Amino acid sequence: MTDTPVESARMDAARTTPIRVLIAKPGLDGHDRGAKVLARGLRDEGFEVIYTGLRQTPEMIVDASEQEDVDVIGMSILSGAHMALLPRVVELARERGMDDVLIAAGGIIPDADVAKLKAAGIAEVFGPGTSIGQIAGYFREHARRRA
Amino acid sequence: MADLPGLLRGAVAGDRLALARLLTAIENDAPGLRDELPAIFAAGRGGHLVGITGPPGSGKSTLVNALTDQWRRRGRRVGILAVDPSSPYTGGAIMGDRIRMMGHAADRDVFMRSMASRGELGGIASATWIAAAALDAGGYDPILIETVGAGQSEVEIARLAETTVVVEVPEMGDEVQAIKAGLLEVADLLVVNKGDRPGADLAARHLRAMLSTAGGRVGRKPPPILLTTATSGEGVAPLADAIEAHKADARTPEEMRGRAARQVRRALADRVAQKASARPDWDELITAVAERRLDPISAADRLVG
Repeated sequence: MTDTPVESARMDAARTTPIRVLIAKPGLDGHDRGAKVLARGLRDEGFEVIYTGLRQTPEMIVDASEQEDVDVIGMSILSGAHMALLPRVVELARERGMDDVLIAAGGIIPDADVAKLKAAGIAEVFGPGTSIGQIAGYFREHARRRA
Repeated sequence: MADLPGLLRGAVAGDRLALARLLTAIENDAPGLRDELPAIFAAGRGGHLVGITGPPGSGKSTLVNALTDQWRRRGRRVGILAVDPSSPYTGGAIMGDRIRMMGHAADRDVFMRSMASRGELGGIASATWIAAAALDAGGYDPILIETVGAGQSEVEIARLAETTVVVEVPEMGDEVQAIKAGLLEVADLLVVNKGDRPGADLAARHLRAMLSTAGGRVGRKPPPILLTTATSGEGVAPLADAIEAHKADARTPEEMRGRAARQVRRALADRVAQKASARPDWDELITAVAERRLDPISAADRLVG
């Protein structure tokens, strides 16, 4: 078998398989309205969304992402604890061998922290006013392709 | 292409990411999966396959969480497949069963996987039992398959299990509901959940009365009816006992043959449908049926001929 047909079969499979996204709320935020709206919006964009709910520790998020073998981890955080929680998720995910999982965040995050989060391995930070279409487009473009 | 033999070896050795990626390959019917199927099934360790189904909002997820508590206390490693419907329009899905499983989020001896049904053509019924075989190979026992009992494919998934638990709630309507054909007939165990609600005892009594005469499956004893309150854990230990007690009933040669026949029929239907729709004369025959020049049965006959 040559490389070409195998490669094209992989691309076909990658296109027809829904992208799996885990949406989590790390830390002690009091509500998850935004995260639920995003989960619903991504579903309407054709994603398979695993929603884990409020008050997740980085360990819980990474454990769930491992079992679910998601392509993307999306975290929504409003509490201001993002510097404490988000880099820890990246660190744990990489420790577990989840090197190809896209990790992104959204919520209330000051500009000054965005660069630090990106340096820590958070692929993108979506601030208030980002549309679901933008987020879906980013995930489609950057999530891993699978065989 | 995923290294499926390597993933299977990892899953058997307790590597959770390997098991997770094997499950992804199964869900996606990845290239090479067919070749690996015999090895996946051969690696099974005899875990008890338990289907849990019932209408939306009957408390299935909460009950699965409470049952998981029970089995963890008994030292068992619990595998869970939570199947949720995909949107027929976008193919997307929201799977929220983990919200009720927070208590086990950090427990390394519980493995939970959410699966979207991906529509009829996704062959989820087949994929689910292969996924269950993979969890079995990973050493999980029991393996719980949770589905919304709201459609043909969900009922079918539940029937693939060795022990099928149907969860109802007190407000399910009058007793005639209990003798309608459908979900109640596939139950090996019937649970009236939300037992703390008014009328729960009465609902259980009605079910018992109806199923003892008319509703049970012909030639078989009526299913035990248990009352639970999943949120408090009341009645959950007896339910776990009843599920375990049913395992022996499910593994008689006749039961195992019946289940095997259902599985093979389903696999056959999937395979034949796949092959037929790939045939060059498929489009022509479909057009003929659409234009009423041919009936659907004759078209099917030609496609398998």
